[in-house]
Amino acid sequence: MVSFSAVAKRYRGGEEALKEVTFSVEPGELVFITGRSGAGKSTLLKLIPAIERPSSGAVIVNGQNVGALKGSAIPYLRRNLGLVFQDQKLLYDRSVFENVMLPLAFSTHSTNEASRRARAALDKVGLLARERSNPIQLSGGEQQRLAIARAVVNRPSILIADEPTANLDAESARRIVDIFVEFNQVGVTVLIATHDQGLVTQYGKRLLHLEGGRVQ
Amino acid sequence: MKAWLRQHRHAFARALPRIELLNVVVIGVALALPAGGYALLESVRAVAGRLAVEPQISVFLDAKRTNVDALGTILKRDPRVVRLRYIPRDQALKELGAVQGMGELVAALGRNPLPDAYVVTTSEENLESLAKDVAKIPGVAQVQADALWARRLATLARLARTALWLLAGVLGAALIAVTFNTIRLQILTQRDEIEVSKLIGATDGFIRRPFYYAGLLQGLAGGALALVIVGGSLALLNREVRLLAESYGSDFRFAFPREPDSVAFLVLAGLLGWLGAHLSVSRHLKEIEPR
Ligand SMILES: Nc1ncnc2c1ncn2[C@@H]1O[C@H](COP(=O)(O)OP(=O)(O)OP(=O)(O)O)[C@@H](O)[C@H]1O
Ligand SMILES: [Mg+2]
Repeated sequence: MVSFSAVAKRYRGGEEALKEVTFSVEPGELVFITGRSGAGKSTLLKLIPAIERPSSGAVIVNGQNVGALKGSAIPYLRRNLGLVFQDQKLLYDRSVFENVMLPLAFSTHSTNEASRRARAALDKVGLLARERSNPIQLSGGEQQRLAIARAVVNRPSILIADEPTANLDAESARRIVDIFVEFNQVGVTVLIATHDQGLVTQYGKRLLHLEGGRVQ
Repeated sequence: MKAWLRQHRHAFARALPRIELLNVVVIGVALALPAGGYALLESVRAVAGRLAVEPQISVFLDAKRTNVDALGTILKRDPRVVRLRYIPRDQALKELGAVQGMGELVAALGRNPLPDAYVVTTSEENLESLAKDVAKIPGVAQVQADALWARRLATLARLARTALWLLAGVLGAALIAVTFNTIRLQILTQRDEIEVSKLIGATDGFIRRPFYYAGLLQGLAGGALALVIVGGSLALLNREVRLLAESYGSDFRFAFPREPDSVAFLVLAGLLGWLGAHLSVSRHLKEIEPR
């Protein structure tokens, strides 16, 4: 489903953020990517939706070599992925509901069907009652759940989350991870980057530990 | 097909709030200048087109003393004469009667006061010398260098036309610049939305389309406003012109540009807006990560 072989990533003017990274994730798996700050977790996740391109090696997603993908093919790659970003990237000039509607704008659903799906996604993360609020009125944990709702609204086969529990107390953090586990239980492949090893070990899932850009 | 329509409807809906009224007014006023100038000029040209603009001399004959044919031979022999036309007095009266507002006058005359005449066509540079020489030929009662004012008017109209095209060019460029800048500012203020859209799989076309529509619609709206301004101004002008023209027995009016001209004008305004948007989007969208 997702596989890296001998992937290196060097940012322009920087050191190598990833070195010789090789691993693969099977369909339906849930993998936690752990490591200290600067270990390369975000870099690894950004290679999957081609936000960054590998300097060498191959990143294969759903059978496609992402590094070799033409620019015009990238949007279609991203539509099959659900992305939750470290800084959430919510739009604060519109409502919670409209934030979740965003990815549906370029799907082929009718407006009614799109609204129905958006509400279903909000319901899954427990935010349906807040659909008219502005994201700025939500707590950190709620904003994170909103970001998740937006990521899953198009029912992607792969869900990728970068530090979804950052800045949350243990209770809210667990609630967030629980949501991902629920999606995983219905067959979605999930990759979650986190520096909070204590939180994730209790789930008994596969851990991919990064140190200095290498998989340990 | 349905999905395609939906995409465009969506882009259209997103473009509408991006049209800025103030810009529409700026574009409308700017475009009203060449459009109005065009309307005035076309109206004048329609009249000027009916006037003789070739360098001509009317040679009026002294009815008692002239041998018409002999004079014709003399004139024809002069190398400065390009063309020669004889107008007997009866025909002259008939032509005069056909001129607007003159019919009643001619009817009231009872008898024909006009002389026989030759109309001599020559070249611009020979006009004055030929007029002087012909006046000396015996049997010529009077010589008149015709249509001097008409020719001046035509020259003036040509000049005005060139000036108008220059003006239109400059203001067309201004329309592109105004749209370019509007779209640039919009891209800047919608940076976040554009970034998120790219991240969740929006194609380039999806992101660009609303800006194209905004440019196009802003140009169209500006063009439409310009036509409204022109229409209103002409109506006001015509109220005065009508009185003046009627006192000359004319029904002259400044005419609103004809339909094909108006449509072409609107299409052009829309295209220029689209072009401004295209230039802006091509330049500024690239600056937003991820690429
Ligand atoms: N856009 C960039 N340009 C240059 N260097 C970068 C860029 N992004 C990340 N880096 C560098 O790459 C390395 C890995 O960064 P990355 O963001 O992947 O780490 P991380 O594990 O996600 O850290 P954190 O837990 O703090 O989010 C760091 O040394 C960082 O400075
Ligand atoms: Mg990170």
